[in-house]
Amino acid sequence: MTAHHADLLLLVLLMTDLYMVATSRIAACIRTSAVQGLVLALFPLALSSGAAAPQLFHAVLIGGGTLALKALLIPWLLARVLRKVAIRREVEPFVSLHVSLLLGAALVGIAFWLSMHLPTRAGTPALLVPVALATLLIGFLVVVSRKKAITQVVGYLTMENGVFVFGMSLAHEMPFVVELGILLDLLVGVLVFGLVIHHVSAEFDHIDTDALSELKD
Amino acid sequence: MALLVLVLAPAVAGLAALLIKSVRIDLALFLAVCVAHLGVTLGLWFVPPPAPLGTLLALDLPGHLFLTITSVLFFLTALYAVPYVLHATHDPQAAPHLFVPCLSWFLAAMTLVTVSQHLAVMWAGVEATTLASAPLIYFYRRRRALEATWKYLLVCSVGIALALLGTFFLGIATAGLGEAAPALVLEDLKQAAPHMTRPWLKVAFIMALIGYGTKMGLAPLHTWLPDAHSQAPSPVSALLSGALLNCAFLGVLRFYQICLASGDAAFARTLLVLFGFLSLGLAAAFMVGQRDYKRLLAYSSVENMGILAIGVGLGGAATFGAMLHAVNHSLCKAALFLLAGNVLRAYGSTAASDVRGVLRRLPVSGVLLTAGFLAIGGAPPFGPFMSELVIFQSALQGATPGLGVLFVALLAVAFLGLAGVLLPMLQGARPAGVVPGREATLSVASPLVLCVAVLVLGVYVPAPLSEALRKTAALLGGGLG
Repeated sequence: MTAHHADLLLLVLLMTDLYMVATSRIAACIRTSAVQGLVLALFPLALSSGAAAPQLFHAVLIGGGTLALKALLIPWLLARVLRKVAIRREVEPFVSLHVSLLLGAALVGIAFWLSMHLPTRAGTPALLVPVALATLLIGFLVVVSRKKAITQVVGYLTMENGVFVFGMSLAHEMPFVVELGILLDLLVGVLVFGLVIHHVSAEFDHIDTDALSELKD
Repeated sequence: MALLVLVLAPAVAGLAALLIKSVRIDLALFLAVCVAHLGVTLGLWFVPPPAPLGTLLALDLPGHLFLTITSVLFFLTALYAVPYVLHATHDPQAAPHLFVPCLSWFLAAMTLVTVSQHLAVMWAGVEATTLASAPLIYFYRRRRALEATWKYLLVCSVGIALALLGTFFLGIATAGLGEAAPALVLEDLKQAAPHMTRPWLKVAFIMALIGYGTKMGLAPLHTWLPDAHSQAPSPVSALLSGALLNCAFLGVLRFYQICLASGDAAFARTLLVLFGFLSLGLAAAFMVGQRDYKRLLAYSSVENMGILAIGVGLGGAATFGAMLHAVNHSLCKAALFLLAGNVLRAYGSTAASDVRGVLRRLPVSGVLLTAGFLAIGGAPPFGPFMSELVIFQSALQGATPGLGVLFVALLAVAFLGLAGVLLPMLQGARPAGVVPGREATLSVASPLVLCVAVLVLGVYVPAPLSEALRKTAALLGGGLG
């Protein structure tokens, strides 16, 4: 694969971002997150095309770890939580889906505008900075605009995916054990989130986070 | 090796405690781990620095200072926690079997934060502290605790994601250096800092300040903090406020060190002072007329984190003051939260209006609470008075003396807020429903030690500590006069 493939992958990532803000079905959000995990798993391979064997090996390791966690294990865990709490749709998001799609498009515009002002090193895929920023911002939009706890977790994962795109462009400067640690944190994080959602569902009979508003001054 | 053991021993003990079903054995194990941790941490002050583990772990002065605070607080809190957790085993809504495992992992994660030199490892440590401590906040299975846990998890995870972004931005900032581009290791980054791409370096610092600042409770990113610190069981609140906030601050300081090394730290200083005053002001406003005494203490933590940020941002002697204040605040706030736990157990309410006559009902806790209130309020002769004085003087002598005046004015508001809530609680007659009883030795021993330490620090800072603080301040671009 080549840098051209990297840009292609980034384009797919951008499309999944926009699909995420436009859908109300939570299962679809989780599947989209899995697709993003797959894209991220292929990304280090695309970046290290023509690299020496040790670098390629490093890329395969990171890609494999990302595939296992972000594309398979974490979406599976989330889907399990979703089955347990027995809800399907984001019925009343804080922001309607039309507005949230418009906001998402605006955020993509902002991401491209911002990235014009940030210098990049030679050989970086042209879309890397804008798409990573857009993914981050759209993840944040999902966290703040959706009401269901589980969708907010998917939004947080999307933010992390945006951060990961930046991280993968630095893959050669990071020991594998560090990246493993970051991925492990993410996995444990999803487990803890899942447990808390389970308790919220048992305690409140739903997982609408706007009900979590008793604590105030 | 010593560093790896410091991180792994509590982590393994946590796993063991998860498998052991007896809460008593769990607590004994935890106490043993804390004693060993404290022994090694203190011992490391007397021997040459241990060999670093590759580029991942190494002990430097700021890290060792915060590690020592953490270790001391964990030991004293473990002592306090023994009767606390045993008492909680009778509460059907409590989850005591998760207490020791999560607290052990919490210690392991915080140790990792203080001994890591690779910024991505440090990030993993900070994120792990969130995950280890979230179940602790939900110790009492109540709706409000669940709400606090959810907010803590979501707000801190999202915040911390930005800190990781900042870490990666540092990598991009060095990318222009080609083959000489360093790994994300503190010393290498400091060396490369003068050649970093400025826009990326600045955005990296901003992201780290927002990310770790969220965890540290800097306003306006502090929203989760009063909820989590007030809903958590008191020993956990003591550690969240006394130890964890410092560790998050260390994250900000690491990025600040790199900005200093780049020779272009003015913008970072401005941001620290700005966020510092915002935290100080906002916290002081919420402390006045606060109805819940644990929330009051939580807002006081936001206030004190603001003081730390201001001290480091002002530079010069104020940096020394900030480091001294970090020690003072940790000891003092831990004591206050532990005492608040005693009050809560005796009165069964966190509403300040339900609590009257603490000095009569709990004589020892009452006296200590009075001392702790005066200390954290910045009254002489306690430690925080001295450290706040150093920051104040430095601000007056600095470029904008007005900041010094504002600093003292806001401190005065915070003091009034503390006094308005705590004094009525301490005085008066005991309410009819509250039965008198003896105070358990272990539930007042740790707060007593902490209060005495804060008093001693106000009168005399031991030479070795003063030397360590001075050197730490020098690493953070400050000095003493």
